[in-house]
Amino acid sequence: MTDTLPLDRWHVAHGARMVEFAGYAMPIQYEGIIAEHKWTREQAGLFDVSHMGQLTVKGPGAAAALEALMPGDFAGLKPGRARYSMLLADDGGILDDLIVTRVPDADSDEAFALVVNGAVKHDDIAHLRARLPEEVEMTHHEERALLALQGPAAAAVLERLVPGVADLAFMQGAGFDHEGDFLWISRSGYTGEDGFEISIAPAQVEAFAEALVADGRVKPIGLGARDSLRLEAGLPLYGHDLDPEITPIMADLGFAISKRRREEGGFPGAERILEERAKGALVKRVGFFVEGRQPVREGAPLLDGEGNVVGKITSGGFSPTLERPIAMGYLATHLVDDADAVVKAQQRSKLFDVTVTDMPFVPHNYHRKQGKK
Amino acid sequence: MTLYYTKEHEWLRVEGDVATVGISNHAQEALGDIVFAEVPEAGRTVSKGDDAAVVESVKAASDVYAPVSGEVVEGNEALDGDPALVNSDPEGEGWFFKIKLSDPSELDGLMDEAAYKEFLGTL
Repeated sequence: MTDTLPLDRWHVAHGARMVEFAGYAMPIQYEGIIAEHKWTREQAGLFDVSHMGQLTVKGPGAAAALEALMPGDFAGLKPGRARYSMLLADDGGILDDLIVTRVPDADSDEAFALVVNGAVKHDDIAHLRARLPEEVEMTHHEERALLALQGPAAAAVLERLVPGVADLAFMQGAGFDHEGDFLWISRSGYTGEDGFEISIAPAQVEAFAEALVADGRVKPIGLGARDSLRLEAGLPLYGHDLDPEITPIMADLGFAISKRRREEGGFPGAERILEERAKGALVKRVGFFVEGRQPVREGAPLLDGEGNVVGKITSGGFSPTLERPIAMGYLATHLVDDADAVVKAQQRSKLFDVTVTDMPFVPHNYHRKQGKK
Repeated sequence: MTLYYTKEHEWLRVEGDVATVGISNHAQEALGDIVFAEVPEAGRTVSKGDDAAVVESVKAASDVYAPVSGEVVEGNEALDGDPALVNSDPEGEGWFFKIKLSDPSELDGLMDEAAYKEFLGTL
């Protein structure tokens, strides 16, 4: 059963090709993935990400309750600040990756907004409901739409509609009034570009989307370009690059475990994760350049010089910016820094030379706080 | 010269006993931006239904099947440097390979342009 999102007809009217994704009809592309990808890198792209789960968790002890499920420092998170984190299984495997923001709330000084992946949001909600203490209340804002405006022109465009947003720094959010309606806007995204994510009521989203694309710098962008943009940015996609078999250290996401949490532990799988952090995990998520022009796709095994399986590709495609195939995947850690290591990817009985490379493939263009870039 | 189409969205332009093969405009639209194409080398013998070429868009890989049996007489080398020809001119410059028919009766089961258009309407 495929559900429709609030902007369904708007996408079709703007020429989208719709596909089923995470249980919803979603736009995969409009004019073409490469053109949309380049437009986002050069101007601004509007993405409908209303399939994602928007949750609020609040009440006395909410920060500690979230810290029992994730390795982030939420007690020390200032209002309006957002952190990337991961919901962990008891063995330290990743159940989902998400953004947690401390939000102002009239009833509670411990209120957090969580944005989780659409494909696993119902599992996340069940997990949170089962694990959160009674006095911590969780709300799923199922009806609310979520837009992302991404690209170098995003701030100038959005500032005209919603004065004040340009003052936000990367990973900062705030509530805004727009013609009497409440918007929650954070400066974040999934493309590597500067940009915003806008939570908006379903009755307002169509007019707002239309107002954005009325600016000549904005075009609607589909899921196809969203995937190629996030791959260039080196950002993992849950269900592909991350899953319950993978720990934050294997995924090279150790930055999301704050200093205090490393010292105190107390998150699921802490013993295993902290040991991996100290000694290294068996495999590590890395980026690859693929020789030639043919992309290597998800699932391709990685082989060493003797033909032993030493890893696998978890995302692979063509980089429109670099005009060459790129990939990310897991490689045996001892080969990652071995400059002499020969690694090949196997796809349909053909072998491809791959080279481990730093990510992001294309530099991030985030709007950091003053003085930092 | 006769133009045929297959249900796998390939076209064949037959002149004498040689068929030029490519993918239809509908197929290239469905695939989206083509970033790679691998065509068979001259001299290769293929049977109807064999994988003959590979085409990759930004998002996915697809096989191009041999719509008829025979010997490949030429692969389109232009696709090597400019695979996007498949998008810009799918039924012209974006052809994949030419094949010398070993069994011209295999053409009997294929669609003409009108039948293919009708077939697209049923999808």
